[in-house]
Amino acid sequence: MNGRETTGTPYAPHGDAETREMLDAVGVDTEEDLFDIPESVRFDGDLGIDARTEREIRAEMADELAKNRDLTELLGRGHYDYYVPSAVEHLADRSEFLTSYTQYQPEVTQGFLQALFEYQSLLVELTGLGIANCSMYDAATALGEAATLAERLRVTSGSRVLVPEHLESGRRAVLANYVAGTDLVVESYAMDDGNADVDALTDRVDDETVMVYAETPTVRGCIEEHLDALGDLADDNDALFVLGSDPVSLALLEEPASVGADVVVGSASALGLPQSYGMDLGLFACREDFVRQVPGRLVGASTDADGTRTYTLTLQTREQHIRRERATSNICTNQAWVALRAAMHATGLGADGLADLAKRDVADARDLAARVDDVKGVQAPHHDRHHLREFVAHTDQPAPAIGDDLVDEGYAVHVLDEHHVQLCTVGTTEAERDDFVAALTEVAR
Amino acid sequence: MNGDAPDGDDGGDASADGFHFDQARWSDGDRHEPLSSEKRTTEAEYDDSPLPDDLTRDELELPKLEEPDLVRHYTRLSEMNYGIDSGPYPLGSCTMKYNPAFTEDVAADPNGLVHPDRPVAGVQGTLSVLYSLQDYLARIGGMDAVTLQPPAGAAGEFTGVLVADAYHEHNGGDRSEIIVPESAHGTNFASAALAGFDVVSLPGGEDGRVDLEALEEALSEDTALLMLTNPNTLGLFERDIEQIADMVHDAGGLLYYDGANLNALLGRGRPGDMGFDVMHYNVHKTFATPHGGGGPGAGPVGVVDELAEFLPDPQVVEAPDASPLKYEFETPERSIGKVHGKYGNWLVLAKAYAYIARLGNDGLNDASAKAVLNANYLASQVEYDVPYGPFHHEFVASAGDQDAADVAKRMLDYGVHPPTTKWPEIVSEALMTEPTEIEGKRTLDQLARAFNAVASEDDETLAAAPERTTAARIDQTEAARDLRLSWRALDD
Repeated sequence: MNGRETTGTPYAPHGDAETREMLDAVGVDTEEDLFDIPESVRFDGDLGIDARTEREIRAEMADELAKNRDLTELLGRGHYDYYVPSAVEHLADRSEFLTSYTQYQPEVTQGFLQALFEYQSLLVELTGLGIANCSMYDAATALGEAATLAERLRVTSGSRVLVPEHLESGRRAVLANYVAGTDLVVESYAMDDGNADVDALTDRVDDETVMVYAETPTVRGCIEEHLDALGDLADDNDALFVLGSDPVSLALLEEPASVGADVVVGSASALGLPQSYGMDLGLFACREDFVRQVPGRLVGASTDADGTRTYTLTLQTREQHIRRERATSNICTNQAWVALRAAMHATGLGADGLADLAKRDVADARDLAARVDDVKGVQAPHHDRHHLREFVAHTDQPAPAIGDDLVDEGYAVHVLDEHHVQLCTVGTTEAERDDFVAALTEVAR
Repeated sequence: MNGDAPDGDDGGDASADGFHFDQARWSDGDRHEPLSSEKRTTEAEYDDSPLPDDLTRDELELPKLEEPDLVRHYTRLSEMNYGIDSGPYPLGSCTMKYNPAFTEDVAADPNGLVHPDRPVAGVQGTLSVLYSLQDYLARIGGMDAVTLQPPAGAAGEFTGVLVADAYHEHNGGDRSEIIVPESAHGTNFASAALAGFDVVSLPGGEDGRVDLEALEEALSEDTALLMLTNPNTLGLFERDIEQIADMVHDAGGLLYYDGANLNALLGRGRPGDMGFDVMHYNVHKTFATPHGGGGPGAGPVGVVDELAEFLPDPQVVEAPDASPLKYEFETPERSIGKVHGKYGNWLVLAKAYAYIARLGNDGLNDASAKAVLNANYLASQVEYDVPYGPFHHEFVASAGDQDAADVAKRMLDYGVHPPTTKWPEIVSEALMTEPTEIEGKRTLDQLARAFNAVASEDDETLAAAPERTTAARIDQTEAARDLRLSWRALDD
């Protein structure tokens, strides 16, 4: 079946006799007779796509992907190369999970529903907020959804959404599109040495502000030190305080609920998903009193007719297939399988394992920054803050040229502007970081 | 099971193609498999934190299962879950196809598992696959340019609506309305609303297709877009599609193709040839990537030449001859910006590429032929009335006096996943059924027996179903009234 050459689809089991029998049962001569397509818009079927065997496709794609350079990545900014245990890979690939769809029939999909309930619960523990949904597409769309939530919840007449000046460009661009259909206006507030400039923000926040967004760590890896003040500022002005973070950082840093966060968004794909060229898992948690305005799917506990505790999708009246243009979001297909993977990985690590990752990330970033700072022509960390995983370094020589030279040496780093690069430690070994510092020493002078 | 109700002579039912279904049910008192949090938890230590106390949380307690227990926990959960690999899954509008095993292997190639911010010189292989997929999809849809960025079908719709909006704005138009047929997918309405448009709902005609008079009435100088799926949600081809396209274009609007039902058309009709200007592809439906319990999918968007300059940032293009690179990124001149933080769902896109390459011309043509044959054959074997036709890849039967939701629950007892129920609403007690091309006659006959057995059962039996699944009928009202959305809430 699988390896054979075929003239039809290899994934339909019909033999000729069987096809004939079915056509007879329907009462037509050929399959063509079943297509009610006017001649004028019929297509002749020649798409110019050659069929290949499995072996050929595997060889072709392996050859193509081998053209990706063998680079040691010191890359982060929202996507982190944590090791995903083989057990997670194998469990997630169990086809009862992988080949199922949305749990419209909960009686026959209890396994996935329970896993998603556990995923939601893990985020509730990490954020301290009352509820979490069972996924958005990525951190950027989760941020966009938070803004539309702020619009639905707003108690003022205002329309201002304040976001940090240091914000990953993809997140900023997606946010702009999510608010395009509203009267919301996105404005940046200034940073002070890698953290929110609280004084500047105080001047900016007013009763026209519907949402204040901050991140910890920031896109530059700085741990935000003013979360309490930011939460108070938002609260005093009846604005929603939305915090961006991720499950690894949350295992170490201040609990979002304790600093007044109303919503937590971000990327949860640090857990369970290897680097997948930007494929992600959007995290979305919020206060319980927002429950009827939450975007995305929610799994809740219930009881079945036998009195057994069970799980089911709930509050579906918020969703597009019922509420249509008045739905809380247009999302239907989400990232459930990635959420499953994140739950598996987190459950294997436990609170101690997760916190250990974050502690290591603080220590490794501190260590690498100190060593990079010793390199002639480089100063690090550029921001005098605590860092997690990554930091910005200042280069005396033009950073783009240094970035290019490092690629030639086998390293990928973020080039931020003319004199700044950003370096991330996750996924690199100590030996690789040693070699990197040596290479940087060569190219940065 | 062979047509008999599954409760009955359980043990002795052993005809040639009969079978008996009981889903796994791990039980522990009044719950199934305990939650991970009910098994073992640990607490984090913060005494050795490298950060000042005021930047660190005070406590965190989470479940922790050592690997053998972790593997059993999730293996048991998987056993209590039904996928396409378990049995037929004719969920209308969802195109639940078999997901070829080898596509998992090509997507898992470690050379493709790279960071999105690598320089383009470091991802020439990835860009090559994406470029080829853009090309394949353009050919299949009859479109001129394709973006792979939208991470799901609804995200594709949103992208298409933004593109249409940008086009009108660039051409000096201020158009505020999007027309959507009443029977359309709910996402159409929601995506239009998300982009800030007023939704004009288009009542269907008596034959289940677009009513041209109603369309004429709905069209105006405010019309930005008409969103259509073709075949529509009843499986009917919109025979007047060329006239519809002319009417929309004459009014200055654009025509959007919702690709959810593209499986019916593969190789036989292309949206671009029918007058559609912009479309999305549901690659997790038409191109057989696994649905993953709800996602990830991918919702690439194709457009005609005139709209290409508005596509999301960036597009993968061939580098100029002088470049040492073969592929590079390009920002379309009047790009709408981004709809995903990076480049969409790579793993899904890689699987879709492999699937299309495996089938090629003949395979894709055969897929639509067998999908349409299967729907027609199954409908011919099912005793429920199918009021609208001729249908293509799916049909909508009516459960008549029975409650369609109850019919679905009872079908579970026969070891099959039921159809989509109670939608589209134009058919009362709708059973929207899409077997796809992957089922042979034997499985379709099994499905038909399940339909017909349930059709002859009384309401009490249906209301008591299911009984052979992990869970008995779940109380939806309780779930919504007494909200418990995390294990914390269970303790309250």
